This record gives sequence, C-alpha cells and structure tokens, in this order.
Amino acid sequence: MSNVETPSSAVESEQPQETGRPVLLRLHEATRVHGQGTAVPVHALNGVSLEVRVGELVAVMGPSGSGKSTLLHLAGGLDTPTSGDVVVDGVSIAGLSVKARAALRRRSVGYVFQDLNLVPALTALENVMLPRELDGVSTRQARPEARAALREVGVEDLADRFPEEMSGGQQQRVAIARALVGPRRLVLADEPTGALDSLTGEAIMRVLRARVDDGAAGLLVTHDAQHAAWADRVVFLRDGKMVES
Amino acid sequence: MSVRQSLLAILAEGEQYGYQLRHEFEVRTGRTWPINIGQVYTTLNRLVRDGLVEEAGRQDDGSVTYRLTFAGREEVEKWWQTAVDRGTPNRDEVAIKVALSVTAPGVDALAVVHRQKAEALRVLQEYTKEKRSLPHPAKGEDFARLLVLDHLIFAAEAEARWLDQVGQRLATP
Repeated sequence: MSNVETPSSAVESEQPQETGRPVLLRLHEATRVHGQGTAVPVHALNGVSLEVRVGELVAVMGPSGSGKSTLLHLAGGLDTPTSGDVVVDGVSIAGLSVKARAALRRRSVGYVFQDLNLVPALTALENVMLPRELDGVSTRQARPEARAALREVGVEDLADRFPEEMSGGQQQRVAIARALVGPRRLVLADEPTGALDSLTGEAIMRVLRARVDDGAAGLLVTHDAQHAAWADRVVFLRDGKMVES
Repeated sequence: MSVRQSLLAILAEGEQYGYQLRHEFEVRTGRTWPINIGQVYTTLNRLVRDGLVEEAGRQDDGSVTYRLTFAGREEVEKWWQTAVDRGTPNRDEVAIKVALSVTAPGVDALAVVHRQKAEALRVLQEYTKEKRSLPHPAKGEDFARLLVLDHLIFAAEAEARWLDQVGQRLATP
C-alpha cells in the first residue's frame, strides 16, 4: 500500500455547472466500520460525502484497501453505512430492509465489473432483458427496451450472440447496456476497462461517457489515471477518507 | 532538429513556398508545435547551405519555391528508415527539478512531487477533454491531432506514475 499523500490540489476539476440537475447518488458523512465492538474496529470508509448528479461521471481512485469497494457497495445498496447516510435516487438506504434495498438496487442501479459481467447461458439480448424481467416487466416490453439499450452502446447487431462469442470490449458494451436498461440511471463501474487493451478500454470509456451525457450518472472506480480523466471529477480515497475532490 | 527533418520530409512530396511548408507542418502535426515563418526561412537557408535544398523558382513578387536536392532526398530516406535516437535524454525540467529537490537545502521534495503530480493529472484531464471534443472517428487533421493528444496523454500518465513512485521512495526510508 502506498504511503504517498495524494496531491492536495489534485485535479482542479470543475464542479458540475448545471447544479439544477437531479442528484442520483448522495453520500453524507458515510462511515462503514467493520468489526464494531471488537478490539480492532476497521474504518473501511470514514465520513465520506459525495454527490453524483445526472450527466455526471465521477471517478474514484486510491490504493488497494483505501475504501473504494466499500464506497461502491454502499452506493449500490449492497451494504449499509454504520453512520451517515446514502441516498440512491432519492431513497435513503440506511433505514431500508434487506428486501427493500434489493428492490431499490434492481430499480435504480446498474453494475459493470471488470469481468464475468454476463450470464454465459444467455444471449446479449437476453442478458439485457434479464433485469427488466426481474422487475416484472413483460417479455414483450423488455425485448424492445433491451434492443434500444444495445443500440445505444453500438452492439445491436450482436443481440443473438452468447458472451463467449463476443470480444471483451463487446461484452463490456453489453454490460453497460444492461446496467442502464429501462429506468435505471445510476451505473456503478468497478474497473470496467481493467481486462481490456488500451484502445478497447478507451472505446468503453467513450460509451460510458456518452450514456452518462445522455442522462445517466456514473461512479467509476479505476486505478487508471487515463480512464479517470474521462470523468468530470476525480476523488481520491486513502485509508477510508476522501483526500480531495 | 525535428523542424529541419520535418521540412525536408514535406519537401520530398514536391516543391513548396516557405509559408506553404509552415502551413503543412502545423496542420499535419495537429497544430501542436507552432513555428514562426522566420524559423522556417532560417531553417531553409541552412538546408540550402548544407546542399540538401535548392531554390526551384522565384516569382515576380520575390517569393521563392524550394525543392530537395539528391542529397536531401537521401537524408529524408534515411530519416524514415531509422528510429529517432532516444539514447540521449532530452533535458526534462520536471525530472531535473525533482532530482535537485532531494539535495537542495530547505526544499520539501515531497511537496514538490505532489504539486507536480497534481499538474500532471490536470493536463491529463485537459487533453482527454480535447480528445472527447474531436469528431469520432477522427479524420485528416483531426486524426493527426488525435495521435498527438494520445502521445501527450500517455506522457502525462507516465509522469504521474513516475511521480507516484518518487513519492513512495521518499516516504520509505
């Protein structure tokens, strides 16, 4: 783990100009402590405040163990804060039951991981339809939605392919389509370019950026400064704390 | 050196006026390194002196077209056929400044490194923003600018990573 202090004036990134845009994700003093009540409680995340608005892509950088994964888990409602609040699409997750959080996740949040994004036994189209069908939407409605989502990421022609018949970059496009199908507007991406060569990685950043510009919001965890530079803002985490935004 | 070789390479495509050469050079390298017309003529005069370029004709208004000599053609051919020598490092102000900072009395080397890293990330973001603003896929002049932007982006990223490592070395006694 690096002991390097993150530059204090790191990335003078502009604040969102259109502050009137709705906030899709808000962390307020969010803290997550593991092993509370034990001898050595670990502050995986320590008082982090962050907002992501519609049209905004925010990158999170930091050494391993700095709290990036915890931040994503909280943002996606997979975990709840020990103190502070996390508001996803207007709903505070702190007081929600496990079941209600699952429903919120399904309704509002999409994920893109480094790999193993897609269900191998389903075609690209079926993969994108899946979250909508889990929402209870009919196949008749889910199908055209999924096609539209695939078109928006430039892989409509791959609708009937299975994941193993697609390149890594094509699979990531399908994963982005799935993350933002239907009403979902918040995409959480964990090293989405990690397994890709640099040009394919750039193409994925371009797609992610375009989908965000079209009215979504994105939180991107990456160790790659080149890809973080596609974001509107870069926040740095170190030992669970936000160093600079 | 790079201007001299570039002008020779462009002249290999046909005779040109000085201002045309300048335009070609700028447009085809993404308008990244502007050169003034005086520099073009100084370079051309040296190339004529060295026997690599000669006057091809002169208009009534005094403007001169230039072309390559046989030796000039050979020089261009050699340039394309060999790699640019990287064995002699360019004087890099950042590397020099960081190196000096660890021995300069009263200078906080780590602070120097942090400031510089912030600057590397700033330009990284700026170049990326410009890349986003180019037509996609980029063609012609835009494509040339894209290639140069990629170069600048990779260089800024490499510098940021190097500075990270310097910071780690400084923090590890």
